[in-house]
Amino acid sequence: MTDPVLHLDNIVKTFPGVRALDGVSFSVMPGEVHALMGENGAGKSTLMKVLGGIYQPDGGTIHVGKEQVTMAGPLEAKAKGIVFIHQELSLAEELSVAENIYLGELPRKSFGRVDWRKLTEQTNTILKKLNVGFDATTRVGDLSIANQQMVEIARALTVDAKAVIFDEPTASLTDAEKVVLFDVISDLQKEGVGIIYISHRMEEIFKITDRISILRDGQYQGTVNTSETSEEAVTQMMIGRKLDLSRMETHHELGDVALEVRGLSCGKLYQDISFEIRRGEVVGFYGLVGAGRTEIAETLFGLRDPSAGQILLDGEEVRITSPNDAIARGISLVPEDRKGQGLVLGMNCRDNMTLPQVQDLTSGPFVAEGAEVAIFDQYRDRLDIRTPGWKQLVGNLSGGNQQKIVIGKWLSMHPSVLIVDEPTRGIDVGSKSEIHKLLRELAAQGYAVMVISSEMPEVLHVADRIVAMYSGRIMRTFTSEEVTEDSLIQAISGLSGHEAA
Amino acid sequence: MKPGTLSKALNSGAIWGFIVLELIFFSIAGEYLSLSDKAFMDWENMLLLLKQSAPIGIIAMGMTIVMINGNIDLSVGATYAIAAIVLLESMTWPIFAGLGDLVIPVAWLLALLVGTFLGALNGLIVWKTGVDAFIVTLGSMLGFRGIVFMFNGENPTSHLNWTLVDFAEAEFLGLATASWFLLAVTLVIWFVMTKTVHGRNAYAIGDNREAAVNAGIRVGPHMMINFAIIGFLAALSAVVFYSESGSVNPNDGQLYELWVITAVVLGGTKITGGAGSVIGTFGGVIAIQLLRKGLGHIGADTSTVNLVIGLILIVVLILDRQLNVKGKEELKV
Repeated sequence: MTDPVLHLDNIVKTFPGVRALDGVSFSVMPGEVHALMGENGAGKSTLMKVLGGIYQPDGGTIHVGKEQVTMAGPLEAKAKGIVFIHQELSLAEELSVAENIYLGELPRKSFGRVDWRKLTEQTNTILKKLNVGFDATTRVGDLSIANQQMVEIARALTVDAKAVIFDEPTASLTDAEKVVLFDVISDLQKEGVGIIYISHRMEEIFKITDRISILRDGQYQGTVNTSETSEEAVTQMMIGRKLDLSRMETHHELGDVALEVRGLSCGKLYQDISFEIRRGEVVGFYGLVGAGRTEIAETLFGLRDPSAGQILLDGEEVRITSPNDAIARGISLVPEDRKGQGLVLGMNCRDNMTLPQVQDLTSGPFVAEGAEVAIFDQYRDRLDIRTPGWKQLVGNLSGGNQQKIVIGKWLSMHPSVLIVDEPTRGIDVGSKSEIHKLLRELAAQGYAVMVISSEMPEVLHVADRIVAMYSGRIMRTFTSEEVTEDSLIQAISGLSGHEAA
Repeated sequence: MKPGTLSKALNSGAIWGFIVLELIFFSIAGEYLSLSDKAFMDWENMLLLLKQSAPIGIIAMGMTIVMINGNIDLSVGATYAIAAIVLLESMTWPIFAGLGDLVIPVAWLLALLVGTFLGALNGLIVWKTGVDAFIVTLGSMLGFRGIVFMFNGENPTSHLNWTLVDFAEAEFLGLATASWFLLAVTLVIWFVMTKTVHGRNAYAIGDNREAAVNAGIRVGPHMMINFAIIGFLAALSAVVFYSESGSVNPNDGQLYELWVITAVVLGGTKITGGAGSVIGTFGGVIAIQLLRKGLGHIGADTSTVNLVIGLILIVVLILDRQLNVKGKEELKV
């Protein structure tokens, strides 16, 4: 048997009060794609930071090849052949593609000058391999998100890598680009590079990986051969219990149309959008990043002015000019970026939840603390938010509980239409299904729910009807009975066989 | 045309258009309003303008690096005054008495070293404490100015060395010594920012600091070097100016930081860092000096000049924002 390219042995890392990594060991063989899985907070990113030299471990050893190493910093890790492809884009937008790819190690000539010719040549060679439609001198800020991700991926090809770590690389890629990425990965494999692949997406894991290692609460749960296991078994190792992945079949009576949109357009962002959502119905909006879904939600919430079309609430045409206006008319938006747009992380749970209505919760000139706590208690029980108490800072909660706080915040405003944008992004599998259940329950209680999601299992799971979007247009609307994975993928890739209203 | 193309073109070329506009305006207005007979667009006058731009301009080149880096330095005016005092005072020290005119390079070197040291000190504090550069240099601006007053109270520090004055007043190929220094500094900093690894890293750090850290760029030392550069340039500016004038008031250099920042911002450097150009800054410096001189030419007093420049700065920033909005589809704030 060959030696592993990378071997971690009994790694321990503690932070004040937390044992983030508790004796984690695993190894990557040359030419192997090794998936690292675990819920959020299981210790995957901590482990990667230890490997990248950003954190120093409190115990345990790292071996690259046969040699034991200490990683003093990111550059040293890279020099030893360990390359990271980060999940959140780690790019400087004002610089060129080439400068970004070689960031931190631009080729030099005398007097510290940049060797532009060498830089451009090397970069173009890499870009050719990736088969992308831009060149070394393009400004990164002018590229689409997906192309920026390709730039990030190109970084893996700059050095003679021994091991490459991909952290959620497909989050913003289209299917065609995924194929290119998987080709890149298999090329690296053939060259004997070991690959660590971190992803929440089961279908990818089972398609490309050889082995799967699982972490839970900082502890190593074991490594399994991908071919000998199943999604169910892996999930069980990750969350320590079984998960019900069947579609929610709780059918209930649908009410009147709460929200109707006719021929809505907003410049180049999206055109001629028409749909309706009834009370008690969950409508899923599925498409690639940039298909215009979020922009529709922002228009409904008064954040953008439509250039044409009508919005009808309860059959009455309205013009929504601002978020304030939207809230007053009973529309609430749970935004895509939970931490950036939905919450004040440094504030406690209660204050976050009552933020939009704190002006109304006063006794005399003061804030009515009692009323605030009452609202918090009510939604904590209703949404099953797990927190030690309302004084807890929101930043300390898990992703799932944070999302529930945001949802609770908007429910307390008594909306009739609830728009949720990527409700489970970055939330672990266990909490995901809770959020899904919650959305179904809310619909059953008579809310009209619009769910925007880039994850197919999610829309299939929660939505009564699915609107497939491609490049700013509605390609097709599916009912939950007729939808199949294949037809949905075709619709969002712009390959719609037949249009259906 | 893609959205943003127009604003980008304007961003890079706007400052030069603005300069042309100023020249036309002052030439025409000068015909009617000026008390002197000389035309504004006189060659001599323009050469003088370049020379007068030097003190602000030399510092502005350093500020461009620091601001592209995502920092700011408010202490440059005070550093300028300290370097001036070191320059003039050190020439009178008894230990250098035997050197004759050789005292000049020694005094220059001392002044430049002090400036570099003070800049590096700012950088070191920013690096090691992680405190925002605005706060650190606000403190050092007050502190350095305090040192200036401690040295000689309210009294000016004077020393005239005629060899030095001759050198400073000399002209080479029609350009004054100060102008040559400004042009040389502009050229060197332009080279650093566009051609060298250090310069490109400066853009990367200002643009996305986390990305720079992830890529293994040592951000702290890098920023310290840039603060040392701006300290050096503040001292160089003082050296060039006070070699000629020979007398420094304890209030000299006050508000220089604001003039310098104004010039850099007019020249298109982003306040948040990551974008900007040395050539743009050069344009910004010239534009401000033109405005000061032109308004003087048509008879406005200093307070009017300040008011007008303040208004122009705000209008420029509003225009920049408007041009960068991608039209009606834009997300409302």
